[in-house]
Order: sequence, then C-alpha cells, then structure tokens
Amino acid sequence: MKSLGSIRRDFAPWNDPNAKPYIQFDNVTKKFGDFTAVNNLSLTIFEREFFALLGASGCGKSTLLRMLAGFEEPTAGRILLDGQDLRGIPPYRRPVNMMFQSYALFPHMTVENNIAFGLKQEGMPKPDIEKRVAEMLKLVKLEQFAKRKPHQLSGGQRQRVALARSVAKRPKVLLLDEPLGALDKKLREETQFELMDLQQELGLTFVVVTHDQEEAMTMADRIAIMDKGEVMQVATPAEVYEAPASRFVAHFVGNVNMFEGKVAERSANTTRITGATGAQIVVDNAADTSKGADIVFAIRPEKIKVSSKKPADAVNALEGEVYDVAYLGDMTVYHIKLDDGQIVRASALNAARVTEDPLTWNDRAWVSFRPDAGVVLAR
Amino acid sequence: MNASWSRFNVTSIVLGFAFLYLPIVLLIVFSFNESKLVTVWGGFSTKWYVSLFHNQGLMDATWVTARVGVISATVATVLGTLAALTLTRYTRFRGRVLFSGMVFAPLVMPEVITGLSLLLLFVAVGLDRGFFTVTLAHITLTMCFVAVVVQSRLVSFDRSLEEAAMDLGATPAKTFFQITLPVILPAIVSGWMLAFTLSLDDLVIASFTSGPGATTLPMKIYSQVRLGVTPEINAACTILIAVVAVGVIIASIANKRREVQRQLDEQAAQRG
Repeated sequence: MKSLGSIRRDFAPWNDPNAKPYIQFDNVTKKFGDFTAVNNLSLTIFEREFFALLGASGCGKSTLLRMLAGFEEPTAGRILLDGQDLRGIPPYRRPVNMMFQSYALFPHMTVENNIAFGLKQEGMPKPDIEKRVAEMLKLVKLEQFAKRKPHQLSGGQRQRVALARSVAKRPKVLLLDEPLGALDKKLREETQFELMDLQQELGLTFVVVTHDQEEAMTMADRIAIMDKGEVMQVATPAEVYEAPASRFVAHFVGNVNMFEGKVAERSANTTRITGATGAQIVVDNAADTSKGADIVFAIRPEKIKVSSKKPADAVNALEGEVYDVAYLGDMTVYHIKLDDGQIVRASALNAARVTEDPLTWNDRAWVSFRPDAGVVLAR
Repeated sequence: MNASWSRFNVTSIVLGFAFLYLPIVLLIVFSFNESKLVTVWGGFSTKWYVSLFHNQGLMDATWVTARVGVISATVATVLGTLAALTLTRYTRFRGRVLFSGMVFAPLVMPEVITGLSLLLLFVAVGLDRGFFTVTLAHITLTMCFVAVVVQSRLVSFDRSLEEAAMDLGATPAKTFFQITLPVILPAIVSGWMLAFTLSLDDLVIASFTSGPGATTLPMKIYSQVRLGVTPEINAACTILIAVVAVGVIIASIANKRREVQRQLDEQAAQRG
C-alpha cells in the first residue's frame, strides 16, 4: 500500500531510517507535585517539519512545549535539539522562540520595538535591526502599523505582530501555543494557510500546540495525538484519520461509527465479524486479528452509503430506518437506526442539486460499505 | 426633572456638603482676614500669606517635611515593591502567610502604638532622634501601603510577558527592568504618591520619633495652634489644600485624557 503521507507532499523524513531527528524527547516525564503532566514520553521531530501536538486541555501538550522552550525542566528523561541536550539551558539561551497563546505583546512598546526586542538582546547592530524589522513587517503585511502600540491593533493584527516577533530572530524551531485560538473562524482559516506558507518560506521547524483537530489536520505534516500525558499516535493527518491506532484516536479525530464484535471467521484475505447485536460485517484489512478476538470495527460516516434499496453488489449491507436527517448544504448527514438498535451516522455529499434517492424520516433504508472502508481495532 | 430637585433632595445635598466642607471653607475665608482675631472678620487682606513666608519656623518645618516625604516615600516604594513582588511571585515559600500578614499589619495598627514602639526601639539602640529617625518611621508606616497598591497591579500582570522576553533572549534582570518595571510603573508611581501624602500629613508618629531640629509641618502647626490660632496658620493650611487640590485635579485630568485616547485608539483599530 502506498504511504498515505506522500499524498500530501514528498516530504517524509519520518519514513527514512537514515534521517537524523532534529528534536528528540527521550522518556520525558514531568510531574507537578503529585500530578503527572507528561508520562515517560518519547517523540522525534524532524528538521523543517510542521509538527502538531493535538489533545484536549490538560493532556500535557502545553507542558511539552514549555519544556522545549525552557520554562519547565523535565522531572526525568532528556530533550535533545540538534543533538544537544537542553537540560539546564535557560530559556534566554535556547535557539527556539515561542508564540504565546495570549500573544504576550509588550504593551508599552510600539509594534516595531516589539519585533526588535529579541534582536536587541542579541546585540545586533542597529542598521541590521532596522532592516530585519522592516522585513518582518513586510512579511506579516503590517508596514503601516509600525508605530502603533499593541492596544491600537485588532486581534488579527496582534496575532501577526506576535508571529513576526517570534520569527524575527530566525530561531531553529518556532513553538506556537494555540496560535489561532483567539481569532474568529474565518480569520483562523485564512491564517492557517498563511502560517503554512510562512513555514515553507522561512524553512523553519514548527511545533504547534492545538486542541482544534481541523487546524492540526490542515497545517501539520504529522500530528501527535496526546491523552493524559502520553502520545497515543504520531502520524500524518491522513493516517490519523484513515488508520487510527486506537479507539481513542478514532473518536478524537472526526466522527466515527463503532461496532463492537468478535472475529467469527478468518480466511486468507477476508475476516468476518459478528457484531455484538448480530450484524455481520466482512472486512479485508484485518490481517493481524485471530478468530474469537474481541474487536471494534470503526468506520467513518462518509464511507457509508445510504440507499432506499439494498445495493445488489454490496458486501456489507445492513437494514434500518431513517432516524434523523440533517441537511448541511454541502452534505447531508443521516442517522440510521439499524434493526438491531444501533444508530449509524452516514454522510452523503450533495453532488447534485436534487437527490435521486431522497430519504426522509422513518423511511426504510440500507447502509452499505466496502470491505476496506473501516478499520478493525483492539477493544 | 422636577422629582429629582425636590426640596428634600436639595436639603440633603446642602447639609451633606456643608458637613464636609464648611470647616475648610471657614479656614480658607479666615486666611484672608485682615484682623488678627481668628473668629472676627476685619476685611480682606493677603498680609498673612506675606508674613507666612517670613516665618522662618514654618518655612523650616515645610522644608523638613518635604525632605522626609521624598526620602521616605522613595525608600518605602522600593521596599514595598520588592515585598509585593515576593508575595505575588513566590507563593510557596515557608512562612508566606506570616510574612504577608506582617507586611500588612501596620495598615490597621493604631498609629500611637507604631509611634510608641518605634520610640522605644530608637531609645533602646541609642539612636538620637531627629531627621533620620522620623524618616525611618515614615518608611515603616508607608511601605505596606505601597505593597498593597503594587500587589494589586501585579496580580493582574500577565506572566507570559516575562516569559516572552526571556524567550527572546533577555536575562531575568533585563526582563525585570525592560518589561516588568515599565508595565507596573503606574502602580509604583501611585504607591509613591500615596506614601508621600501619608508622610506629609502624619502628626502622631512624627511626634513620637522626631527630635530637635526636625520638626515637620504638621507638628509645627499643631504646636502653634496650642499657643493660639493665628491667621498665618490658616494661610499655611490654605496653601497645603491648594497644592493637594491641584495635584488631584492634574492626576484626574491626565487619567481622563488617557482613557479618551485609549477609546479613540481602539475605535481606530477596529476601523483599520
């Protein structure tokens, strides 16, 4: 099977066994008193990668970022950056810069002085500072706002100043803590693409912390999904979505239907699953299960076809009744209550303006899907 | 509008303001009295203001008060700011509760007790009472007020500003002087002004801790009044009131201006 990551870009150092990791977390643990924020975590990030840490609040993703920036020291384990152990190096000597969730713009300084702050600390000559600041202002399209103070700017402009300030020093790694959290939806979508372009343009390594899966999927080369201080899966957005490693990941990213069941029969290519409520499902991508194993079959809503008649060629077809219909414009979401009582969510793209096979509340309906449409996970 | 100007309302306002300001108005009026008798009006005159500036005792006391005020307010501001920083930043050291209690205790301590205990201390260590001791005493008195004012600002201070500065390469010391200090400066200035005002009008503690040659203005006024009120004292008090009033008016105008400017800026930001 072709790697799903290569669909996005040819950039995939994580598949190259000879690639040198750029940032390395080695069995890192961080405790705050009795609370374990990060638990024995190992992770590698490659140069020029756009890496996202995704998880609910309190999963340890921000702690991980703060350890990289130097605001927290690991309780155990070590963090390497370009081969150098970061232990004991204070934040002001680390070649990483951070963009803060609150932006943390210095309220008593103008935009240009905010951007110049890091360069002045470096002792860069004044003409060079002026040149770099002008360059940064141009990069974030804020040339005419150079003399303004932060409180004279809108939210989106502040975000761009924070970004310009954090990349002005040309750090080896840019850390972004919920960079778009304070923006409204429309602006957030625009800015996601701007950030991606910027990362390409500057050739930096980006590590972004977010709780918004859409944001992570849009921007990142790879995503680490975290829960309770541990990494659940590290993979490209497509892999995370199409081949989740666990129930948690499948649930966390996107919508999913879960059928609990047992492996009833195994043959060379196909596996037959008997659902707990009686549904029979045939799959062809469950090679590493054994007969009798308790498993979960997970399938995304858009992989399920809904029709009023049983499709003739369907391998998997289950009958039920339309329980709910939600018309969203670009697609329609159906909730089908199967005859065994389970509710299945299915979404259909509204490719035509008028549907040929309209279904509405309480209609009898069939849901069908291909044998490779879902994944089999351990219970 | 009729209802809001009923007889009852007008009477309340007149009585209330009379209660608050009648004594001060009387004092100001009689400072312009021609007569030497304080309570008998003898025509308008500014001669007491002239004689005030020739009264060497009062002028000396004013000079002492100003010096004590500036020095004690400055030292108290430094100490109070440090105490406030410690209390808000290091929330987990041993004895923090005790420390914060002790920093703020002088706020509610009767001044007589503070004064007396300081007097006992100065006598015990054999310190000659004078300019130095009264300044020390005022530092003790005003430091906790500064700590309260600065601490209330620090509580709402966004720590990520300091983290951002360090992240950009500033050492902790540079971060403090370039980021923290400028941001909390307005609170420090208010703390200083509060400390200065408190030192300016303190009579009780000064009486306990001052010595020959270091008589402050409130002490001087008080002792002269005991010998009989002269219109000269009225003139001195009127000048004090004027100075304070001008200070308050300037501060509130500056505040108002800043507020208006801020609103304009925000509107501009939303448009642009």
